[in-house]
Amino acid sequence: MATHAAFMPGGATKEAAATGVWSWITTVDHKRIGILYGVTAFIFFLMGGIEALIMRAQLARPDSDLVSAQTFNELFTMHGTTMVFLAIMPLSAAFFNYMIPLQIGARDVAFPRLNALSYWIFLSGGLFLNSSFLFGAAPDGGWFGYTTLTTRQFSPGHSIDFWMLGLQILGIASMLAGFNFIVTIVNMRAPGMTLMRMPVFIWMSLVVQFLVVLAFPAITVALILLMFDRFFGTLFYAAAAGADPLLWQHLFWIFGHPEVYILILPAMGIVSEVLPTFARKPLFGAPVVIYSGIMIGFFGFGVWSHHMFSVGMGPVADSVFSIATMLIAVPTGVKILNWISTLWGGTIRFTSALLFSLGFIAMFTMGGLSGVMHASPPVDLQQTDTYFVVAHFHYVLFGGSIFGLFSGFYYWWPKMTGRLLDERLGKLHFWLMMIGFNMTFFPQHYLGLIGMPRRIYTYAADLNWGFWNMVSTIGAFIIALSILVFIVNVFKTRRSGQVAGPDPWDARTLEWAIPSPPPVYNFASIPTVHGRDELWLQKHGDGHGGAPVPKPAPASAKDIAAIHMPPPSYWPILLALALTVMLSGLLISYYQVVLGGLLTLYCMFKFALEYHRPAQEAH
Amino acid sequence: MTRHGRLATALLLLTVLALGAGCGLVGWEWDTKMSTVQPKSEFGRMTHDIFMLISWWTLGIFIAVEAGLLYVCWRFRDRPGAPIPKQVHGHTPLEISWTIAFALVLVVIGIPTIRVIFKTQEVPAATALRVDVVGRQWWWEFQYPGQKIVTANELHLPVGQTVAFHLHGPDVIHSFWVPQLGGKRDVVPARVNRIVLTPEVPGEYIGQCAEYCGASHANMRFRVFVHDKAGWESWVAGQQAAPAEPKDELAVKGKEIFAQSACVGCHTITGVSAGTLGPNLSHFGSRTTLAAGIMKATPENVMKWIEDPARHKPGALMPNLGLRDEQTKALAAYLLSLK
Repeated sequence: MATHAAFMPGGATKEAAATGVWSWITTVDHKRIGILYGVTAFIFFLMGGIEALIMRAQLARPDSDLVSAQTFNELFTMHGTTMVFLAIMPLSAAFFNYMIPLQIGARDVAFPRLNALSYWIFLSGGLFLNSSFLFGAAPDGGWFGYTTLTTRQFSPGHSIDFWMLGLQILGIASMLAGFNFIVTIVNMRAPGMTLMRMPVFIWMSLVVQFLVVLAFPAITVALILLMFDRFFGTLFYAAAAGADPLLWQHLFWIFGHPEVYILILPAMGIVSEVLPTFARKPLFGAPVVIYSGIMIGFFGFGVWSHHMFSVGMGPVADSVFSIATMLIAVPTGVKILNWISTLWGGTIRFTSALLFSLGFIAMFTMGGLSGVMHASPPVDLQQTDTYFVVAHFHYVLFGGSIFGLFSGFYYWWPKMTGRLLDERLGKLHFWLMMIGFNMTFFPQHYLGLIGMPRRIYTYAADLNWGFWNMVSTIGAFIIALSILVFIVNVFKTRRSGQVAGPDPWDARTLEWAIPSPPPVYNFASIPTVHGRDELWLQKHGDGHGGAPVPKPAPASAKDIAAIHMPPPSYWPILLALALTVMLSGLLISYYQVVLGGLLTLYCMFKFALEYHRPAQEAH
Repeated sequence: MTRHGRLATALLLLTVLALGAGCGLVGWEWDTKMSTVQPKSEFGRMTHDIFMLISWWTLGIFIAVEAGLLYVCWRFRDRPGAPIPKQVHGHTPLEISWTIAFALVLVVIGIPTIRVIFKTQEVPAATALRVDVVGRQWWWEFQYPGQKIVTANELHLPVGQTVAFHLHGPDVIHSFWVPQLGGKRDVVPARVNRIVLTPEVPGEYIGQCAEYCGASHANMRFRVFVHDKAGWESWVAGQQAAPAEPKDELAVKGKEIFAQSACVGCHTITGVSAGTLGPNLSHFGSRTTLAAGIMKATPENVMKWIEDPARHKPGALMPNLGLRDEQTKALAAYLLSLK
């Protein structure tokens, strides 16, 4: 695997290590792209959070008129769309980018320029989607965009166009990244790293990539049909012309449910790395955790209609999708018990990273169990589209994904930056977030059970919803405060944080065997892998009397000089721009579509045929 | 680390306790107007039984898992000088057992679930009262084909009588939901959906659209009145009668204004107009609310509504007709006289 750099003709190490804005724009280094993903997604996360805070402020009291109905509808549409596509997915992508090559002992991803292209397309899509605010045409059809509401007849204007085209652009980015990571994980593991020796984060990442490449085509098709309806007057979703509006729902949820696992499995992977490190024990029943992840991914494609129990599918379909949904609870529950068993018998160090992982287990369990409730269609008929469901999926996606991702930040931050985050601020962040989160979302279970529907901008005073809505709003602002603590932590430790060294946690996997932050080429010499916890085996042996496994031989300066890394390229960003010019043309002029199309073709051509002469031949 | 560990555990416990105490102190009022857990129909009861069954199981699992997690965190916290723990990789029999245990719990909740799914979706008997529900942006039309009654936003039902709702609509997807009478069913354009339920307790209930349907989704509410036999019969007779002729001068003037203005294009008042885009107003005065349940039916509110519908219901399709104050007043008097 050490030879993969040879696929990339030429390029010198020092080129890729350059600094300055241009070096970031043209970078193809997976670590830099990971940081770009992380920073961009975090900014979008803040935007989605601000949208949520405005909604919470509006709902704090009955009959409130802080924002208009229209604004509120835009806020929840953009909050959902932003958090799913622009925050959690790309935050996970930040870890995929940064950690997959490091954990499998590779020098980069399989297709470094494609990786850059994914990022730039993601950025374009996110900016395009949010630019709708500037034009006063923010999407207002919900993140799920149900037809017939989103057809031209009921949503004239450009708001749905922004949403639809934005998602298409983002979908391209996700698909490209998905294939890239699959090829990377399958082909570029260090010698000795069999599939079952891959760290569990890598396994979960691999499952996620398969979900991405299999689920996104469904929404792509759904969006293309909608695009045809909206721009060219076709009638795929026109109920008045005999179309079935449920077509959209099926296509959307065939994507939408696997998407839930796309959002949660990376966090499960992170937790599966963090717990063993801080309990100083291997993951309990790792193969079962891996198989469970695969099962969850597999079943994830067979349960989409549990989002549609109220549409009237009939008792047989209701029963089948109900049982399939309940089945998913089995591998999920198994994972939780495996994580707790990992802690059992360990020596647990309560770092911020571990606290967030514990928070993940505690909160995700709750989200999982409330999920079992509405896996039962009769119960779901009362709970769907109420705040009970809002509470449920925030326990999964915030209590689960976001806690997991923050665990990853605290865990891998020293690897990425070379400095530790401040532990005291980290713990403050955790406890504030834990309290704020439960204050915000726990009462929403109750609000849902006493009948508060989702997506309402106002409610009457005589329904007893006021008090707990106020509590929920206060909780949301405590969450905001906790995020502020995190930001302070980041800035505070940027220059003055404790220097981490290569392995600050006495961790178990390969990324901790190299300097922090890692050099451009990651591994001076590619290691040979003996087990899932390769670094632990190198340091401590297997704990059953086996001697520590050998460390890779140190590389000489000559070896390092001979490492070929892919050179920077500006074609990824240009291609992403051209694509955005083409798609945004649908809102402006078909001439722009044609022009953008030609530009895209040109950029693809140049991208494909870009050739770098090896440095030694350049003279 | 020990100190931190103990601190963290203590704080976690405190949070849980504080949450619990908070709940206990403030109390949760369950018997509220849109409560899903105080069923007043047999459909609602069946649903609620399953909900309670699953709730107890999940509550048990929840407590076991969270308590286990806390115990493990406390018991195995790092102590100074602790040796490297034993490197345990798993325990196959244990893992197989808890997999089976989870599966068994699902059988316990899965079987009654399927029973209730089929039970609640049976074809209703021919004796069931048929009500056609038309969901529109953003109000409800209720048609009683057997009784030849068309009304809007206020549904009247006899207690103890099975009702088969046939749901359809001309525009976007809505969802018909009266929490105290049971679960919801979507109103899907180009389809006719059905939901069957038998109200068991007379009273006034609140319904609301539960599927996001555009600008005024939050304002698409309705009322349900479940009557005893006499009450139901008198309501039916009242609705079947011709609309009352206005008596006082103001209302008579209001009728003239109604008949001569754009109102007639969209609204039906039997014997006066035949529009169908807006709610049927033949017995408007018999309703307690207006504008899909968002305002009480008082003369002031009717006037406010006529003056600027979109102010009270964003996106409302009814235009501001630009009537003068005295015209609006007369119109309100007329409409409210239509008992």
